[in-house]
Amino acid sequence: MGSAGMEVPAVGGSPLLRKWIRNLTMPQRVIGLLLLVLLVFFVIMPAINIVYTSLTFSLSDRRLPQVVDRGLEVVPGEFTTIHLERVFWSKLTKKMFLIPLRNTLIITLGLTALSMLIGSTLAWLVVRTNLPWKRGIANFASIPYIIPSWPIALAWISVFKNTKLGGNPGWFQYIFKVPPPDWISYGPLPIIITLSLHYYAFSFITVSGALASIDSRLEETAELMGASKFRVMRKITLPLVMPALMSAFILTFSKGIGTFGTPAFLGLPVRFFTLSTQVYSNVKNNLPGDAYLLAIVMILISSITIYMNAKVIGARRSFVTISGKGFTAKLVNLRKFRWIVFALVILFILIFVIGPLYILTWQTFMEVDGDYSLRNFTLHYWIGPDGATGRLGQLLGEGQAGILRNSEIWRAAWNSIRLALTVSILAAILGVLLGYAIVRGRGTKLSKSLDSLSFAPYVFPGIAFGAVYLGMFAKRIGPIPALYGTFALLVLVSLAKRLPFSSRTGTAAMLQVDKELEEAGVLVGAGFFRRFMKIIFPLTKSGFMAGILLSFITTMRELSLIVLLVTPSTKVLTTMIFRYTEGGYHQYGDAITMFVVMISLVGTLIIRKAQKTDLSKGIGG
Amino acid sequence: MDNNKLKIRLDKLRKEFGDVVAVNDINLDIYEGDFLTLLGPSGCGKTTTLRAISGLEEASGGKIFIDNHLVFSKKDEVFVAPSKRNLGLIFQSYALWPHMTVYENIAFGLKVKKLPSGEVAKKVKAILEDVQLDEYGERYPSELSGGQQQRVAIARMLVNQPQIFLMDEPLSNLDAQLRMEMRSELKQLHTRTKATTIYVTHDQEEAMTLSTRICVMNEGIIRQVGTPEEIYSRPADIFVASFISNPKMNFFIGKVENIKDKTFIEAGGFSIEIPSGIVGARKELRLAVRPEDFYVSDKGVPYTVQTRLPTGRSQIVMVGNQSGASITLLFNTEVNIQADDIIHLSIKQEKYHLFDNDSGKRLN
Repeated sequence: MGSAGMEVPAVGGSPLLRKWIRNLTMPQRVIGLLLLVLLVFFVIMPAINIVYTSLTFSLSDRRLPQVVDRGLEVVPGEFTTIHLERVFWSKLTKKMFLIPLRNTLIITLGLTALSMLIGSTLAWLVVRTNLPWKRGIANFASIPYIIPSWPIALAWISVFKNTKLGGNPGWFQYIFKVPPPDWISYGPLPIIITLSLHYYAFSFITVSGALASIDSRLEETAELMGASKFRVMRKITLPLVMPALMSAFILTFSKGIGTFGTPAFLGLPVRFFTLSTQVYSNVKNNLPGDAYLLAIVMILISSITIYMNAKVIGARRSFVTISGKGFTAKLVNLRKFRWIVFALVILFILIFVIGPLYILTWQTFMEVDGDYSLRNFTLHYWIGPDGATGRLGQLLGEGQAGILRNSEIWRAAWNSIRLALTVSILAAILGVLLGYAIVRGRGTKLSKSLDSLSFAPYVFPGIAFGAVYLGMFAKRIGPIPALYGTFALLVLVSLAKRLPFSSRTGTAAMLQVDKELEEAGVLVGAGFFRRFMKIIFPLTKSGFMAGILLSFITTMRELSLIVLLVTPSTKVLTTMIFRYTEGGYHQYGDAITMFVVMISLVGTLIIRKAQKTDLSKGIGG
Repeated sequence: MDNNKLKIRLDKLRKEFGDVVAVNDINLDIYEGDFLTLLGPSGCGKTTTLRAISGLEEASGGKIFIDNHLVFSKKDEVFVAPSKRNLGLIFQSYALWPHMTVYENIAFGLKVKKLPSGEVAKKVKAILEDVQLDEYGERYPSELSGGQQQRVAIARMLVNQPQIFLMDEPLSNLDAQLRMEMRSELKQLHTRTKATTIYVTHDQEEAMTLSTRICVMNEGIIRQVGTPEEIYSRPADIFVASFISNPKMNFFIGKVENIKDKTFIEAGGFSIEIPSGIVGARKELRLAVRPEDFYVSDKGVPYTVQTRLPTGRSQIVMVGNQSGASITLLFNTEVNIQADDIIHLSIKQEKYHLFDNDSGKRLN
């Protein structure tokens, strides 16, 4: 078939030029390329920098014994294996690397096991049994997920601290008149327990979701064939929730590797180091090369975990359980145990969820730490003036005002809010753009590299990520001035660490906007900007807003990521808590903690309310 | 057909997704006023072809002409934007913007074209009356029934006055009864507007009832283009024969027997005399007979009834014989048959199709 009567009309310009112009005017390509540049800057450069720094000399290496003894000449930037040797092959290795590694693994495995046990038991009770008041329990059980992890550690300290290490006695010693043994007060056991009380929420949420999606007819079919309850559990239920369990495991494990606040509060007083606190201490002691090697180890561990996750459950990540209409979920009758189990669950919530917050709040009202009697009550740490004195005439908190009247705290609070606001808005915008470029470019190399690059910060533990940014932005790079000590650096690092979350939510939101909705706009000639503002953005708005609030809360409570980067002028609430607690001013630390907890809780409530009202608006016909 | 004006021409159109060839160098002419259906199983390339014509998908090779204009050519890097191709598209999902009212949905394209708002209002109102939705302007799509949503989609397309209508399985989201109703609405729309329409479906009945011409596709290749009658009565190959048949076409391996100067096909116990000359030197070929093209006669071949599926208006009967052959039959209900009955079957005059064993191409 020829093209008779349909000749090619003359078109101006060369085909090649037209091709380029068209490629460069495709919105997903343009946005994608810009984002790629940004991601290279955010992710690849820090990764190169961390390896480079650990393999080269820096000025501070002059005082290292290995350098002094051998009379090595330190030229900053010159290649050296001195850090490799110090960390992996010297008499320091045990103390600096092996023991922290062992401690990290003990803690991470312990907390993963304990939190999965708690989380999935609760999930099963709430989703699959006739336990009373399930909604309330589910809401309370997810509180630890909302608030930061270290308040529980602070509460633990106020209950179990002993006078052996100096300071005032805790609640336990006050009541029983004997100091609790060291292994209860500090070290691995309390770290594992307090972290599990935070991280169990991951397992609770993912396993509840998986259990809720199992049609109980799948189990009933097996029961009808004569399988025992236990066999049904083992052969049907467990395999179906396995992907959820695995992802809870990975999530908890990789978070646990990098956790900083709790091991710092409960480990450092007895010189119990994990990799994260060791990195912190190395940086503080001006040993960046050694610190970065440890950070690389942490990154490798989390990468391996995530890789194994992909290997093990990659093919069957989630089961699509095919069910027709009339999805049924039959509940297990707990019979006579119903109320006993209920009482136990309530007790768990009271002691481990409400309890820590209650203790922290109480502590902020104690004039002298460790005296739990009523006459010791004071409002000073909230609203007291400068230079107030206590009952015994002592200067309270070294003369500092209560947190609501303390200009330093207000400055930190303003920094926190400013940081959280900037980061959350930028992260949400970045997320929508990433989602657009990834989803619309699906199948292209650009889309794939954006997807995996934006996921990369996930494997960087917070403290390691902070350390990397510290090193990278300490000096001028190209047009970017040295950023150490600036607010901009905090924004950059928080934004970069939020990338995995941003791109996931952005992608998810974009996947919900059927491509055809945008194409219907293309057909009538609406340009990219118009399509974005009139079609895509309105349809992703609720996800966008929820993303902003969630990022706001997470940034508000972030400690490990920025603890190395703040300076007196950029300090934020969480780092103030860290300093106060380190310095023994528990009332101040706890008061600010409760403030951050309140912001987190209120923010989450707003998200839930907002999403509910949005759903009922009938969007998504 | 050739008297009509050529509206769209696809010239060696090709589309690859990675290693997968979705559309494999197809040539197709579509004439002014045609209602052409691209018909085929899922993954045959029909939707990709439609999207390439619309410009929403950029093809990997070949040329597309619309109204004598080159709108796409890989070789010359010509690509005319979808909105400049003078066409409208009804999506499978309708793609009504859920956050806009019916009115806003229809007015959107006019606003993009910067029409004065008075004129926009007038046009939208007129089109809403056309599709009998004048009461529904302020509703959101989710507050409408499936059929009403479809009419909004039609109105949104019509208001921009495109010369070509593209429809991508627009009825697949509706329940059976509504589908019938909307089918006749679409047919009326075509009769009324005479607009060249390209319609994509995998439903052969839809294709048969709506189209002026059908283009059957499979694995990215056009297998046959013709009127519904042509496609039904003279399927070009085994694929078309089996795809356009409900209940399924009966296929037999036929042995060619030459007795004196006559040629016979022996298959499933039947013996059919065929015009000599069409089989050539073949010893074996495929014989296909539609379920409705058998009749019961005393001289027929005996078969045992296995199952009988009455549909009310007719009955589908499955029969088999000892040598393992089985046949699906479609009878009206007057034929009195029970399971395990033995019936004698014959093939209606000239109602058989012969295909080459290897190429699958039609022989008779």
